Amino acid sequence: MNRASPFVGELIAIAYLVASVLFILGLKFLSSPRTARRGNVFAASGMLVAVVATLLDQAIISYMWIAVGILIGAILGGWLAVAVKMTAMPQMVALLNGFGGAASALVAAAEFFRIDATPEIALTTDVAVSVMLAMLIGAVTFTGSLVAFGKLQEVITGRAVTYPFQKSLNAILFLAAVAAAAWLVVSFEHPWVFLAFAGIALVLGVLLVIPIGGADMPVVISLLNSYSGMAGAAAGFVLRNNALIISGALVGASGIILTQIMCRAMNRSLTNVLFGAFGAQAGAAAAVTAGDRTVRSVSAEDVAVMLSFARSVIVVPGYGLAVAQAQHTVRELASLLEKKGVDVKYAIHPVAGRMPGHMNVLLAEADVPYTQLFEMDQINREFERADVALVVGANDVTNPAARTDPSSPLYGMPILDVDKAKNVVVIKRSMATGFAGIDNPLYYLENTSMLFGDAKKMLAALVTEVPNV
Amino acid sequence: MAGELLIAVYVFVLAMFVGFEVITKVPTLLHTPLMSGSNAISGIAIVGAIVIAGRVDSPLNTILGVIAVAMATINVVGGFLVTDRMLRMFKRAPDDRK
Repeated sequence: MNRASPFVGELIAIAYLVASVLFILGLKFLSSPRTARRGNVFAASGMLVAVVATLLDQAIISYMWIAVGILIGAILGGWLAVAVKMTAMPQMVALLNGFGGAASALVAAAEFFRIDATPEIALTTDVAVSVMLAMLIGAVTFTGSLVAFGKLQEVITGRAVTYPFQKSLNAILFLAAVAAAAWLVVSFEHPWVFLAFAGIALVLGVLLVIPIGGADMPVVISLLNSYSGMAGAAAGFVLRNNALIISGALVGASGIILTQIMCRAMNRSLTNVLFGAFGAQAGAAAAVTAGDRTVRSVSAEDVAVMLSFARSVIVVPGYGLAVAQAQHTVRELASLLEKKGVDVKYAIHPVAGRMPGHMNVLLAEADVPYTQLFEMDQINREFERADVALVVGANDVTNPAARTDPSSPLYGMPILDVDKAKNVVVIKRSMATGFAGIDNPLYYLENTSMLFGDAKKMLAALVTEVPNV
Repeated sequence: MAGELLIAVYVFVLAMFVGFEVITKVPTLLHTPLMSGSNAISGIAIVGAIVIAGRVDSPLNTILGVIAVAMATINVVGGFLVTDRMLRMFKRAPDDRK
């Protein structure tokens, strides 16, 4: 950025510092649900400060195109934010990640073409490297996020897509991208090489995400979130803009932490998630063990009695609950039980939804106070004392084989110890397997009763039955 | 120039540490709003995009700039608004609802 007047330049730099501080404070306030909203306002104000300051930049000649871009973006972004359903938050975040990555990549591309067209600009190696990094990470984030969006929106198959020589092809493409980038760093003036490089990066984004199954999307979204931050930071290195570098680093760190949490919750290494193609042949191993064991099927009336006479009930919601749009019904049931003096809590597994923390949002939307929402480590000790664990639409995260059976693919995954409750009621459509395609021994335990049917209909039936008890 | 790069690297590394410190304190309860909110922050690329769109140095760059501004704005506006929409839903106890 050329700064004709040092005063304006410094003013802008100070405004960026203010913006960065507001971003950090905003994230800090997210540490408690009471201050979180204020935090978001802080971060948004930081962005406003940064944008207004940037408009003072003396390199800007015309505001017309800026206004056009902002107008289009604000309308689309505003519409998305208002229209999106809470169940569709993972797709929304994936899409936004993609746009963030794309913006960084476009900034890098524009800088490339500008430097390429202006021989007077002395290009340093580090700027060239930054341009390549921003382009690569930004483009991978963009197309990778679009594929993640497609999988979550079920526009394309949620199954892991695999084909022969997949990893070799990706490796070759990656090496080609590195080679092209190296060539460009050495001699910058090859627009066609740059375009080829951008093309490879875009293809790479698609190929890296298609072999990842729907169940692993929480990890992918977190990782892409991190990438979008890293792309921003790289763009910051290109423009030597500290506000971009700081924000990019913050978002990058956030994404890394969430990725780690998600991997730990699924007991998988990041490498395994990214390259393991988990869930490609799901369903094959399913029916093998189901054969001769018996399940106890009960009616809604039985369950209503069981719940009404319980002292404490722990509800274990899974993504199936959200799919059935039954959050509100479960909340109704909980209110009825509370009126009867039953203590109701919710046990939330880290991967209960389709992105980190998703289930909490879905329950909050249904007016469940967050003081009743407990994370896995807090609630696991309480199952032993609970009279009833009501499992709605959750499967793999309750599978005791993860604790006991070393041959199970889930072995070692942290689970909710539902089986330790005095009684377990599972509302489930059929005996079909979960996302991972693995049989759940929980359903054959003596203290387990199965209430077969659609989650929402069964919960509604419980809502009508409980007052009659 | 090397000094400038070094300072940029300093800023990046220290900001990563701040990020780790601050974000490990965010409870899992709020991880979805954290993602959408941090996502909106990563829309800061808008700052670079604005300069490119306003510089009017070549038609190609202006087009790239406008698209970048639009995409970053979607990220910023959509991200902050949807985060606020979510955070509004988190309520404490049954009695102070509404």
